[in-house]
Amino acid sequence: MNWNSLDAWWWPFLYIGIAGWIATDMWRWLGVLVGNRLRDDSAFLIWVRSVATALVAAVIAKLIIYPNGELANFPLWLRIGSAVIGFAVFLVAGKRPWVGIGTAIILIVVGRVLTTG
Amino acid sequence: MQSPAKPAGGSYWFFRGMRGIVSLPAFILFCSFVGFTGFAVESGITRAEAVFMTGSVWALPAMVLLVTSALGSAALPAAFLTVTLSSIRLMPMVAALIPEIRTRKTRTIALLAVSHFIAVTSWVFTMERIAKVPPEHRVKFFAGFGMTLTSCNMMIVGFGYNLVGALPPLAAGTLFFLTPIYFITSIWASARDMSVYIAMIVGVVLAPVFHQVAPEFDILYTGIVGGTIAFGIERLIRVRQANASARTDEPGRVEP
Repeated sequence: MNWNSLDAWWWPFLYIGIAGWIATDMWRWLGVLVGNRLRDDSAFLIWVRSVATALVAAVIAKLIIYPNGELANFPLWLRIGSAVIGFAVFLVAGKRPWVGIGTAIILIVVGRVLTTG
Repeated sequence: MQSPAKPAGGSYWFFRGMRGIVSLPAFILFCSFVGFTGFAVESGITRAEAVFMTGSVWALPAMVLLVTSALGSAALPAAFLTVTLSSIRLMPMVAALIPEIRTRKTRTIALLAVSHFIAVTSWVFTMERIAKVPPEHRVKFFAGFGMTLTSCNMMIVGFGYNLVGALPPLAAGTLFFLTPIYFITSIWASARDMSVYIAMIVGVVLAPVFHQVAPEFDILYTGIVGGTIAFGIERLIRVRQANASARTDEPGRVEP
């Protein structure tokens, strides 16, 4: 039962509905119900959050190291270098996201223009 | 700042929430969704599917994982498991936001309905600004922002679908790059304790390792192994701090 299993028009929407919509909203609904009953520093919640954060970190690393689409044509050292320097500047500039994002974007654009000549 | 002459009603605060789409977090998210649209086009996702996914899933990491799983011809249960595990973080985010926006009179059904619009951007935006909104209007303020943000991004995906294919390669590649940078900085900036920082670093380092070992399950393995390592380190540091403060005869209170 994968994405291409059925030729019906509704199949991709059902696939998105189950593997996307329900898979995300069940946590939101559970979050509402759990609400303030779960203490913010309970060990279980910290473990759950650590696993979740590491999952997102893996997504971030894969988007930079093994990207899809046009970004794959940018040199690997430029992608990693721009991300690392952008992140360092973000930390130094008082954890303001726009500073880090701006730095990383400028670096990768300039780097790409220079490397393609 | 101008303030209304008489006590403002619910529609005023709903509108104030809507106005939040003119803000830096919203702008970055718009750009990220232009990047996602490019990703969807290149992956062969149709316009209708991409718009539906934006409105129904409404969490970029989950959407990227869903597209990756679907096109890697993952079986439906496997895709469901991958997306589910990556979205666990929504639970503590929602659980943290709900006490901020509810009053004793707020009905649970209303909270369940607005919870759909909680994702990283709306969470960061709301936690920053909610203190200035009167408690009885906070759900409306959040609903105004969340619903407008989601609708605008559905329109961006819908109208942008044909345009992003025509983007010059430099712009297309840069938009793809915006998403991971936006994730890492906004999650880092909104983190409330050290475990998030450790998990982020361990996860980024472990992901390429697991990609070499088990490319199909790299994200899942990184999450479980990396998250558990991060949790262990966090516990260890917490115990050390507790011991240190006990030895210096401080009151036994440990701040995270």
